[in-house]
Amino acid sequence: MPQVSSPPTFQWIGRNPPRKESIDKVTGRALYIDDLKFEGVLYGKTIRSAVPRGILKNISFLPGVPWGEFTIVTAKDIPGKNIVSLIELDQPFLVEREIKHAAEPIALIAHPDKGLVEKAMNFVKIDVDELPAILTIDESLSGKNIQWGTDNIFKTFHIRRGDPDSIWSKADVVVEGEYWTGAQEQLYIEPQGVVAVASREKGVTVWGSMQCPFYVQKGLKPLFDLPEDKVRVIYTVTGGGFGGKEEYPTLPAAHAALLSWKAGGQPVKIIYDRIEDMWATTKRHPCRTRIKSAFSRDGKLAALKIDATMDGGAYATLSAVVLSRGTLHSFGPYKCEHAVIDTRAVFTNSPPYGAFRGFGAPQTIFAIEQHMDRAARTLGIEPDELRLKNILRKGDAMPTGQIMKEDPGVDGVLKKALDESNYLEKRRAYREHNHADSRVKKGVGFALFFHGAGFTGSGEVFLDSKAGVELTAEGGVRILSANTEIGQGSFTTHSQIVAEELGISYEMVEVATPDTAVVPNSGPTVASRTCMVVGEILRKAAADLREVLVKSGHLPGGRHTPEEFRRAALRYRETQGELKVFSKYQPPSGIHWDDKTYTGEAYGAYAWACYVSDVEIDMTTCQVEVLDFVAVQEVGRVIHPVIAKGQIEGGVAQAIGWALYENVVLHQGVMQNIQLTNYILPTTADTPPIRVFFHEHPYPNGPYGAKGLGELPMDGPAPAIAAAVAFAIDRNIASIPILPETIFEATNG
Amino acid sequence: MDKAPVSFRINGKTWSGSVHPLKRLLDTIREDVGLTGTKEGCGEGECGACTVLLDGSPVMSCLVPTCQAEGKEVTTIEGLVRDGELHPMQDCFIQEGGAQCGICTPGMIMAAVAYANDPDSAEDMREALAGNLCRCTGYTRIYEAVRCAMEKMGDSGRSGKKDEGSRKKKAGAT
Repeated sequence: MPQVSSPPTFQWIGRNPPRKESIDKVTGRALYIDDLKFEGVLYGKTIRSAVPRGILKNISFLPGVPWGEFTIVTAKDIPGKNIVSLIELDQPFLVEREIKHAAEPIALIAHPDKGLVEKAMNFVKIDVDELPAILTIDESLSGKNIQWGTDNIFKTFHIRRGDPDSIWSKADVVVEGEYWTGAQEQLYIEPQGVVAVASREKGVTVWGSMQCPFYVQKGLKPLFDLPEDKVRVIYTVTGGGFGGKEEYPTLPAAHAALLSWKAGGQPVKIIYDRIEDMWATTKRHPCRTRIKSAFSRDGKLAALKIDATMDGGAYATLSAVVLSRGTLHSFGPYKCEHAVIDTRAVFTNSPPYGAFRGFGAPQTIFAIEQHMDRAARTLGIEPDELRLKNILRKGDAMPTGQIMKEDPGVDGVLKKALDESNYLEKRRAYREHNHADSRVKKGVGFALFFHGAGFTGSGEVFLDSKAGVELTAEGGVRILSANTEIGQGSFTTHSQIVAEELGISYEMVEVATPDTAVVPNSGPTVASRTCMVVGEILRKAAADLREVLVKSGHLPGGRHTPEEFRRAALRYRETQGELKVFSKYQPPSGIHWDDKTYTGEAYGAYAWACYVSDVEIDMTTCQVEVLDFVAVQEVGRVIHPVIAKGQIEGGVAQAIGWALYENVVLHQGVMQNIQLTNYILPTTADTPPIRVFFHEHPYPNGPYGAKGLGELPMDGPAPAIAAAVAFAIDRNIASIPILPETIFEATNG
Repeated sequence: MDKAPVSFRINGKTWSGSVHPLKRLLDTIREDVGLTGTKEGCGEGECGACTVLLDGSPVMSCLVPTCQAEGKEVTTIEGLVRDGELHPMQDCFIQEGGAQCGICTPGMIMAAVAYANDPDSAEDMREALAGNLCRCTGYTRIYEAVRCAMEKMGDSGRSGKKDEGSRKKKAGAT
C-alpha cells in the first residue's frame, strides 16, 4: 500500500474505493468508440499529403474502384469555415491550396465496406508542385524561408530578474551547456477514433475517444456554421490520452462529420490504425535548451541565462501554451537573483507538435537538472550538496518574482528520496565498482523538480469553469462535469470528494457521461487540473446542494447518515422537483499574474518531487537498464492512494521510455518508425520496480488539500536516469533518448 | 477467395459461421461473434491488447487466421465471468488498480490468467506479460493484481515470490 496517512475524520478521502468504471473495464463490457454499433455506418478514411510542402494542383480518383458508391469530401465541400478554432486561426481541416506537412489531410472518402475503402486509398492521386521545406529549428530561424508570420516564430517569452550580464565577468565559475530532448509519441493504446452523424436539419453529433468534448464542439461550430445547441459532442470510454487526445480529436471529428454531412446524415466512423495514428497525430515538442550559469566557488548560483527553442511544427496549435509551461519550469526549484530566460516556439514543415503529459515542462526540467549536475561536476561538489545550497525556501523568489510564501519542504523531499534509494551509499559503492569493472558500469542519479498544477497564470480565470451536482431519482447524487475519465481515475476521485462533502456513501455518487448537451463546461481534462481545480468546484457545488436541502428543511443541519440524506433527497424531489446546483471557479486570493511582464504567481500550487534512478550499463551492448526507481513527491493530499500511486508509476514508465527507448525518427519532417515494432515502448521487461512515496502538505485551495499530480511523474525520470548514466560513464549527458549509440559515442568519441 | 464455413467453441459455446478463412480471429470475434471485449491496439502482434486463449494458450488474435481456430476452444475476456462471479484475476485487477484506461486490460488479464493457470509457462511474471503493453500503469499495479489473484487461485503466491527473488538478486549484484 502507498504510504500516506489520512486523519480518521475522513470517510472517503485517502481511501481506495473501487474505481467507478473498473468492473466494466475488467469484464470487457466497457464500450470504446470502435465497440459501438451504428446502423448503416460508413467507414471514413483520410487522404494525406506525402510531401512536407507544396501547392496542391489536382486530386484524381483513378479507375479500379467503384467511386460512384463512395462519399468523397474535399475542401470545397466545407459548409462553413475551413479553420480549426484554437489559439491561432491558421490550420485548415483540409488543404485548399498549400500543403504544410507530410501528413496533412487533403481529401476524405467513405464507404460501407471497410476493406474497399482501405483499397480505394491507393487509387487517389494527389498532384503537387513541391516547395522547399523547413525541417529543423535552425532552418526555421535562419530567416531564409519564411512561412509563418514575419519570422517563423509562433511565440516568444521573456523573463528578466536582476542583471546576469553584470555577473559573468566576476563569477568564480561559469558553466555552459546545450541540451536536447526529442519528440515522443503519446502512444495511448486505443488509437484516435470518432463517429459522427451530421446534417443541416439535425445538426452535428459526435461520439469519440477524447479528453475535451468542449474543444471539439468549439472546433465544429464554425466548420458547419452552426450554433452551440446544434453541435453535440459525447465522450465515449477513452483508452488513454496523455495529451494526445486534448486538441487533436477535433480533426477526425470534423472529418467524420463532413463525410456524414455529404452522405446525407449517414453515420461515419473514422478509427485510425496504429500507423496512421503515429504518422499523423501530435507528439511532444522537440526542444533545444542552452544554459549559461555562474556559480561561486562554494556552489551558490549567482546568475542564470536560459535560451530554449521548441519545434512547433506546421501550425501554431497549442505551442504557445506548451512553451509557456516550459518557460515557467526552466529555472527549476532554485533561487537565482540574476536570471534571464528567453524562449520561442518555431515553425517547421512537420505535423504540429502538441499536448503531451507535462506540456513543455519535462523538456526544460531535463535541461536545468542536467545542467545542475554538469555544474556539480565542474565545481567538484556532490550533486545533492549543490542542490541544498540553492533550493527555494520560504521568502525566496523565483525568477518570475513569485515568492515562496511558506517553506515547500523541498529539503525533506530530497532527503527522503536519497534515504529510500540509499543514494549516498550507492554513489560510494558504484564509484569503486566502476573503477574495477569495465564491462558493467553502475550509476545512481536524481532529479529535483516541481510542477505547477492547473492552467498557467490567469488561464483558470479565462476558462471560467463551471461544474455541478444534481439529485438522482434514487436519492443519490450525480456529478455534472465535462472532465473525462481517460484512465487517470477522475470519475472516482471526483466521486470521493462529493461523497465526503455530502456525508454520503461513495456508492450514492454517480458521474454523468461528459456530453456537451448534458454537462456544463468545466474546462479541459488537462494540466493536472481535474482533481485540484474541478474537484474543488465540485466540492463547493456539493456544499451548496447540501445547504439547499438544509435551508429547505429537508435535511437537519450538522451531521446526518447517508440514509437520512437519501430520504431527504427523495422528499425534496417529490415536493420541489429536480435539484441541480452549479459552482464556478473562484481564483484563490493573493494570486496575481502579469502576462505582459511574465511576473507574479505563475501557478497557485506546485507539487514538489525528487526522483532517484539506479542504472546499470552493459558496456558491450551499451544498453542501459534501470534497476530501481524511487519517486518521492509532495502533492497536498492523496485522495485515492491506489490511483495516485498508479499515476506516478505509469508516468515514470512513460518517462523511462522517453529517456531510453522512444526515438522518433523524422524524414521529410514526418515520423518514419510508425509501428510498435520499431518505436519501442517500455514493456514489463524494461520497467524497474517503481517505489512511490507521498508527502502530504494540504493546499488550502484544493479539495481537502489536494494538488495536481498527473504530470509530475513525466518530469523527473529522464533527468534522473541521465544523471545516473552520466555518473556511470563519467561523461556529461546532454540529450535523450539515451540509446546504445549515445553511450557508444560518449565513451568512444 | 470466398467465405468458408468455420466452427469453434468460444467461452464454452459452439459458434458456427461463414467467414473468409484468413480473416483475423480478432475481427471474427468482434464482428461475427459480436464480442467486443477483445481490443485492437496495433494490428501487428506487438501490443497484446487482442490476446485471447486458444485451447488455453495465449495468442494475439490479430495474428491468427480464423481458420486456425477451427474445432478449438477460444476464451475471451467475456468468458471469465462464471455464474455471474468475476474471475479472481478480474477481482484483483479492480482491487489493486490494475486497470486504468482499460484498453489493454482484457488482453492483459487473458495473458495473466494463462500464466496463473500455468506458472511454468514463463520464467516469471515479467516474462509472462512482456508481450502486453500498458501505457498507463507502469505495470506495478498489474503485478500486484496478478500476485493477489494467484494467491486467491491457490498457488500460494509461488510465482510472486519467484519474481521478487529474481529481481532482488539482479539489483543487488554489484
